[in-house]
Amino acid sequence: MGSTAGPAGTAHRLVTGAIALLAATTLVTACGSGAGGSDDGGGGDGTSAGGVDDGATLTMWTRAATRPQSEALVEAYNAAHKNKIELTVVPTDDYQAKVGAAAGSKDLPDLFASDVVFVPNYTSSGLFADLTERLDALPFADKLAQSHIKAGTYEDKKYVVPHTLDLSVLFYNKDLYKKAGLDPEKPPATLAEWDRQARAVDALGGGVNGTFFGGNCGGCGVFTWWPSVWAAGDDVLNEDGTGAQLASATAKKVYDTYRGWVKDDIVAPGARDETGVTWTGVFPKGKVGVMPMPSTTLGLMPKGLDLGVAPIPGPDGGKSTFVGGDAIGISATSDKADQAWNFLAWSVGDKAQVDVVAAHKDVVARTDLASNKHSEADPRLVTINELVAEGRTPYAMKFGQTFNDPNGPWLTLMRDAVFGDGASVDKNNDAVTASLAD
Amino acid sequence: MQVKAPDRAAAEHPVRPDTPDRRPRTPTLLRRSRTLQGMAYAAPTAVFVAVFFLLPLLLVGQMSLSDWPLLAGDRGGNAPENYTDATDSTLFWPAVRFTLLYTVLVTVVLLGLALLLALLVQESRPGAGFFRTVYFLPGALGLASASLLFWGLYSPSTGPLSRTLERLGLVDDPVSFLGTPTAALLSTVFLVVWKFAGFYMLILLVGLQRIPHEVYEAARMDGASPGQVFRSITLPLLRPSLALSLLLCVTGSLLAFDQFFVLTKGGPDNSTVTVVQLIYREAFQRLNLGTAAALSIIVLAALLLLNVLQFRGLRHADES
Repeated sequence: MGSTAGPAGTAHRLVTGAIALLAATTLVTACGSGAGGSDDGGGGDGTSAGGVDDGATLTMWTRAATRPQSEALVEAYNAAHKNKIELTVVPTDDYQAKVGAAAGSKDLPDLFASDVVFVPNYTSSGLFADLTERLDALPFADKLAQSHIKAGTYEDKKYVVPHTLDLSVLFYNKDLYKKAGLDPEKPPATLAEWDRQARAVDALGGGVNGTFFGGNCGGCGVFTWWPSVWAAGDDVLNEDGTGAQLASATAKKVYDTYRGWVKDDIVAPGARDETGVTWTGVFPKGKVGVMPMPSTTLGLMPKGLDLGVAPIPGPDGGKSTFVGGDAIGISATSDKADQAWNFLAWSVGDKAQVDVVAAHKDVVARTDLASNKHSEADPRLVTINELVAEGRTPYAMKFGQTFNDPNGPWLTLMRDAVFGDGASVDKNNDAVTASLAD
Repeated sequence: MQVKAPDRAAAEHPVRPDTPDRRPRTPTLLRRSRTLQGMAYAAPTAVFVAVFFLLPLLLVGQMSLSDWPLLAGDRGGNAPENYTDATDSTLFWPAVRFTLLYTVLVTVVLLGLALLLALLVQESRPGAGFFRTVYFLPGALGLASASLLFWGLYSPSTGPLSRTLERLGLVDDPVSFLGTPTAALLSTVFLVVWKFAGFYMLILLVGLQRIPHEVYEAARMDGASPGQVFRSITLPLLRPSLALSLLLCVTGSLLAFDQFFVLTKGGPDNSTVTVVQLIYREAFQRLNLGTAAALSIIVLAALLLLNVLQFRGLRHADES
């Protein structure tokens, strides 16, 4: 008896374990596929959105910079679901502080979006709920903007989905190009061409300037300068985001070009003071030739402005973009995770991406939808959407305090490099590294 | 029978009224009742002070001795690391120097102008009420709102000031009001003076109107010149109002934040970082409440010391 007890017990445990595993798998699948909740047809491909749509009220925060996109998604979701989302828009400058304070007092909303560069800080601090299984169960999981997914992955667990994508691209004024004798269908393909074209437009005079940039805005700098470095195949940070490579020969070529524009007055007035608040308000006035801008501003441009869009080039060619914008996750303290997931899964589904995001002239969060009925009507949108796969989202735990902080080391590097003589780039790069490794 | 009566009285009142032991005393119960009454009256204020002042202060003290990140994380003790971190920051001493420079500049210009305005509208002449109102109006605006207003005015790309100067032919190129360290400091001082001159004018005006007219009349009859009257009568008798204004102005300037946060964000090139901005930066940019709390305690100690010195100096001047 005694001899049979062992094998019989083991077999019993194995059978019990197999049943438990099967049950758990079923539950997980149910959770991921939406079998446990109502299906709202989030995907036009017949897949379910998942989660639960039972009339719960969810709270959600987003930052002012991406308000129009968040509002459009929330409005469309509320109109078609029993769940209702109460959206709170927080001033962009206050967002990080508000999230931090709410996290400290365990008072986070059910859902909160974040500038994607701050996401690693939040995931490593445990603010988001783990979405790995739910996310992987989506039929288009591998088509989601991978730079956002990567930024939201911490210790092999995924915490966010892309919410609003904002890419840095070159905007150029075709009317001014024609007046300057440039081909309006040939935007710059290298930094040197960009330099020549900006100078040609600037020569028109009469209040017209070649280019513009936010010279007192660290966030603007990373968003628009780094793609020129990436386009050349170089990187700006090491893999784990603890070391800066911002003193490379390529980076110095980029700074030199910008310094030349400042020196020769090719830049519109106010670049030296521009803290980022009015940065995107200069080009729509129609007096700037070519400048890098957020893709989200395309839908906000004046109707009469004939503008073209192009990728940001490197010194000798190539193209890249900063895949910015917001990623969104469910807060770790939310007790309505299933309902919150219903919104997230719907928001990246075909219907929301095409009928809401693309219709709004914004960048879709999925590479398989880069070309859709809305983008096909405007080739500029295809150009932007296709860049998602080419672009990068930098990853660093200390990103905010290093690059976005107006008193941080990157802004010092930027300004010394462009408004100074550029001699202290190496020293400033060490300060950036020290901040990243702090 | 007649003899027994006093004996009864003595039995009832064993302590003779003409001896120390026989003095009337408040019964213990009544005394206790009065003490409790007093405590009950003071309790709301005591609770208010404890909850809204002492507890936060203790919490800040505890934070300053702990590793206390804003986001989730361990909150173990780490004294005195936060204090050394705070003072080791490359921005700390420049921020202290800049805050002191700003305080001196604002205090001198602001109180000088406020006194001048108060003297101008001191007499009840026709129009004096109008000017008092006009001077005070900016004081009714919030500092953050006023800063935002000036930020718009100062902008070289969208603001009207630079364009107006260009159209008047006073400058050739757009003026960068916040583009250099000196321009940013002076532009901020201008905003603060515009915003607060009327407020301090009001304090000084009350002080001026409390000086008896007879003193001025006597001085005039003695043939004192306006300058002598100002030096020997107005200034000495205005000292309490000046002292109050000085205290408020110095304390407020040392705690300057809103105007720089909106106008300059500490720039250009970290030239206008104040100590309170450093606290904000540690707490909400670097998400490190411990170091921010340590900086807060340092600022609190410095302000306490300064206020004590100011009070002592003023009391000494009063006594002499």
